[in-house]
Order: sequence, then C-alpha cells, then structure tokens
Amino acid sequence: MLAYAVKRIGLGLLILVLVMVAMYAAVFLVPGDPASVALGPRATPELKRLLIERMGLDQPVWWQIVEFFRNALTGNLGYDVWSNRPVSTLVMEALPNTLVLGLTALAVALLVGVPLGCLSVMRRGTLADAVIGVLSVGVIAVPSFVVAIYSLLLFAVTLRWLPAIGAGEAGDIASQARALVLPAAAIALGWIGYIARMVRASMMEVMGEPHIRTARSFGLPEWKIVSKYALRIAIIPTISLVAVGLGSILSSAVFVEAVFARPGIGKLITDAVNTRNYPVVMGTVLIMTTIYVSITIAADLLIARLDPRVRDVFRG
Amino acid sequence: MTGALAAHDLSVRYETQHGAVHALRHVDIEAHPGEVIGIVGESGCGKSTLVTAMANLLPPNARIDGCISWNGVDLAKLDAHRQRLLRGDEIALVSQDPMTAFNPVLTIGDQLVDFQHHRRDLGRAQKRARIAAMLGRVGISDAERRMRSYPHELSGGMRQRVAIAAALLTDPGLLIADEPTTALDVTMEAQIIHLLRELRREYNGIIIVVSHHLGVIAELCDRVYVMYAGEVVEGGEVDAIFHDARHPYTQALLACDPARFHERLDRLPTIPGSLPNLTQPPSGCVYAPRCDRAFAPCNTIAPPLVKLSASHIARCHAVTTP
Repeated sequence: MLAYAVKRIGLGLLILVLVMVAMYAAVFLVPGDPASVALGPRATPELKRLLIERMGLDQPVWWQIVEFFRNALTGNLGYDVWSNRPVSTLVMEALPNTLVLGLTALAVALLVGVPLGCLSVMRRGTLADAVIGVLSVGVIAVPSFVVAIYSLLLFAVTLRWLPAIGAGEAGDIASQARALVLPAAAIALGWIGYIARMVRASMMEVMGEPHIRTARSFGLPEWKIVSKYALRIAIIPTISLVAVGLGSILSSAVFVEAVFARPGIGKLITDAVNTRNYPVVMGTVLIMTTIYVSITIAADLLIARLDPRVRDVFRG
Repeated sequence: MTGALAAHDLSVRYETQHGAVHALRHVDIEAHPGEVIGIVGESGCGKSTLVTAMANLLPPNARIDGCISWNGVDLAKLDAHRQRLLRGDEIALVSQDPMTAFNPVLTIGDQLVDFQHHRRDLGRAQKRARIAAMLGRVGISDAERRMRSYPHELSGGMRQRVAIAAALLTDPGLLIADEPTTALDVTMEAQIIHLLRELRREYNGIIIVVSHHLGVIAELCDRVYVMYAGEVVEGGEVDAIFHDARHPYTQALLACDPARFHERLDRLPTIPGSLPNLTQPPSGCVYAPRCDRAFAPCNTIAPPLVKLSASHIARCHAVTTP
C-alpha cells in the first residue's frame, strides 16, 4: 500500500510539472509579450523594460519555469500585475469560497445520487426506477449555468427566498449557508443524475454476481445486501468518476461563480485571464492542479482501500 | 431443526420473450432427516432449478406449480419475507462455484459473521468463535488468520471448505450442495467428498447433493433421483439405481460413465440425439426420441410412474412391476 501511495504521488508531481510547462509554453506562444499587453499600447519603453525585468521575462522560458517552481516551494507565487499583491494571498482569499462551493455540491450530489441509484436497483423495472432514470438523464442534459440563471430568477428574484449574489456576510455562518444553496444546487443537480446512473449501472452488474446469490441464500435482508455487499463494489467506478469529475465541478464553478457574483477561484481566474494578469493565472492554475491531482490520488488510494484485489496488484 | 422435505407434482417454468421454458415438470421427491439424497442428470435437466426452488432462490420470471413441503409448510406459497427467514436458518445452500461464491471485497470472517444473522442470541465475538471452530472442523488450519483473509487469497478447495462451513454454521435442517465439486480438480474433489462423508456422520438433517458426476453421487448418497429434461425418470436406493437401473435413460447414462468401463474402449459411448426443446415439451415420454426401447405409446402417452419396490420408482412404459 505504501509503495503504491509513493508511486501515485510521484506521478502526481510529474503531472504538476507538465501542466506548468504547458502553461508557460502557451504564454510563450501567445503573440505579444505579457508586459506590453499588461501595460497597454501607450507605455514608455523604460516602464516596459522595468516590468519585463520584474516579471523575469528577459530570462529563457525554461529558467522562468525553474524560478517559478523554486519560488512556489517557498510559498511565493509571484505578484498581481495590477494590485501588486502576492498571488498566494489572492488565491488563499478566494480558495475557501470555491472549495466550500465545490465540496458542498459534491457532497449533495453523492448523498442524493447514491441512494437514488440504489433505490433504482432495488425497485428495478418499476415506475420509481423509470422516473429516476428519466430525471437523471434530464438533469445531466441541462448545463449548470442554465440551472444557475433560472434558479436565480425563480428563488432569488421572484420568490426572494434566497440571496441572489455574493457569498454571504463574513463571519455569519447562516448567511453564508443561505448564499451557498443556489450555486451548490446548480452544480450538484447534473452530478446527482450522473452518479445515480453510474451507481445503478454498476450495481445492476454486481447484483447479478454469484456472491450476491450466496448472500441471499443466507437470508440476508435486501437492504444489507445492497448497502454492504453490492455497494462496496459498485461504488468504485463512481469514485473514479467523481474524482475526475471534480475538475469539471471546479470548472463549472467558474460559470456559477460568475452568475452569482461569488468571490472564488473561478472568478479570480476569469478576471485574471480577461486582464492578461499572467502571474495570477499561473499561480491559480498551479493551486487548482495541485488540488485536482491530490483528489485523484486520494480517490485511487480509497479504491485500493475498498478493494483488496487492487491493493494486491500494486503491492511491491 | 430437522424435518421432512417433499415435492409433490412440482413444476417450474421460466417466462421468457420466446415463450415459457418448462424447466421442471411434475416432479415428486421426498427426503427424511438423516438421509443424503442425490440428484443426477446431464446439464439442463432441471436439477439446479429443483434445488433453487427448494432454497426459494428462483429468479423473478419463474412460475411455480405444485408444492414443496418442508415440515408441513408449503415453501412455494410463503411470501418473500417468510422465505427469507427460512434461508440461512433452516435451509442452507452450498453453491456451485467456490471461486465466485464469496464477496471479493469483504473478509471471510466478516461474511461468515453476517451469514449467522438469524442467530440474534449470539454476539459478534461468539459468532467469530463459532466460525473458528467450524473452520477447524472442515479441515482449515490457522482459522483465525483465514478469517482475516479475502476470498482471493484462498485456494479453490479451501474456499469450498469455507462454503461448507458457512452452511453448517447456520445449523440447517436441509443442506443443499449444488455441484459441490464440479469446479474443483480431481484431488480437491476427493478431499471435499471425504469431508462431506465425515460431516454426514454427525449431522442429522437432510443433505441434498446435486451432481452430474455419478461417482460423487455413489460415494455420498443413500438415495438418488435421476432427472432428464425436467422430469424425474427414476429414483431409488443408490444400490438399486447403480446395479439394477430399470429406466432406459439411467441405463444409458451408466453405460457412458468412463469409471465403469471394464476394458479399454476405442470410442467413448454416447447417447445419440439431443435434449428436447423445453419450450414445447412432448406429450409422450420425454426420452422417447432417444430411447432404443421406445414403442408405439411412448411418443403420445405420458408414461406412468411405476413402483418397482418400496423406494424404487421409474417413469417408463417399458418397465413393468416384477
């Protein structure tokens, strides 16, 4: 298990380096140097040279990457071109909001999606199964920003049940929770559908396996067979799906945060890209990639924990 | 818990898109406490359907007619909940393939604790102690360590021992072993047969052994029912069936068993023809198309059940009472 963990983490670090190389390559390939784009067409040559030097753009690209990682290891992600504030501070201010949003959405999606998938299997062929099936496909098909806009119109503007924008008052948990409901629901809705479908499909397969018949032949109650004997196996593809899907959850957070004007990583990236604020883009991408890679590794380790056969394959 | 088991005029059909498959027709069998009953026949003869019906594990598209009486209760008429309460308590099943019979992601100990869930009087520690004792009884050394193992860490023979231990833990009145040795190699098969013979000495319920292997049946059973195409064609004491078979199918089946050849043959004997289509079972004798003793009534009239002695029965026009 330890060797497996070390292997996965090493691979994760390699992915981080590759992503940043790709990011630098992209910036390098975009026409016009970041300094003149940032300063605009009327900047004086001296000012431009100053900024180029400060951003390290006069160095070769590979050296810039090495410098970036060396600084990142000491917690320095560079400085915002406009406000001159450290990027690490900007990210740390925005990150909790996004993480709370993403994780709440994911938790809701799992807590609703997994039981719905199980229910579908236990009531297969009945009306309940059909309704869950149709609803699942329906909510998968609707993009989260559409849900965001319509739920905002309905629950915030027309019914005035919930706040329309922002992340709630700082320090006031209740107000923050109220501000979280609509954006989290907008992201979670599609995932409920995905997870319900996924759990149903893998559960159907597992329920046909002979060991389920064994459990039945000992008279175990159906709920126990589903929740202990089948779900432990059937949940594995769902864990992989969710771990990979977290990337898409975080990217839908970009839209949803824009719709609800929620401060967060999504909004930070959108604004930084729009203003060519490259240090902020780089720093944010590094943090997001780190989070994403960590979650993927955590999911792989969780799968190895759940399935002893996977553990043995990777042993040694 | 001990009791008597009997099936009367039991028929099972599976509803499919291509019509009903009559997997079991008018089966009559009985078993008494202390007896080991063998059910033998080739693949598709309905032997698995018969024991699956007894264990109340038929799939939802199965329709049952007739009755399966267990201690005077008709199993076929019980609701799903009452059926479940009998399974793993009075009725236990050792399933066909030990390789896939256990959940791959739970330890042996975990599963065997769960399988005793009808025993509400026992705590977890007591259940684990019973498992350790039972694993020792079926010949597994190092029981404590084996309980912490996952199924894939055990060999096939060891898993079949665990499966037998699991069934015995529930202290059933009816123990059904569905092809208990089919998935094992010859050495393991001999060991499992040996184990089952040992166990039957201290067990006073009913054991039903299903096999297509005549040797297994001869080694283990007191009485045997021979099945063909969903019907019981002959039944009786093991000695009577193996040495004085009367039904042409039983005779042909015995003639095909390589273990009974006295000299080396150039070709293995076979029964010509193939099984009838069970979506439209014939009105006469099911075996008539392949039978070398078939005569006029065999193709049109269902043969009577001929009682040859107190326990020996055969369903055939060509058989007459002595």
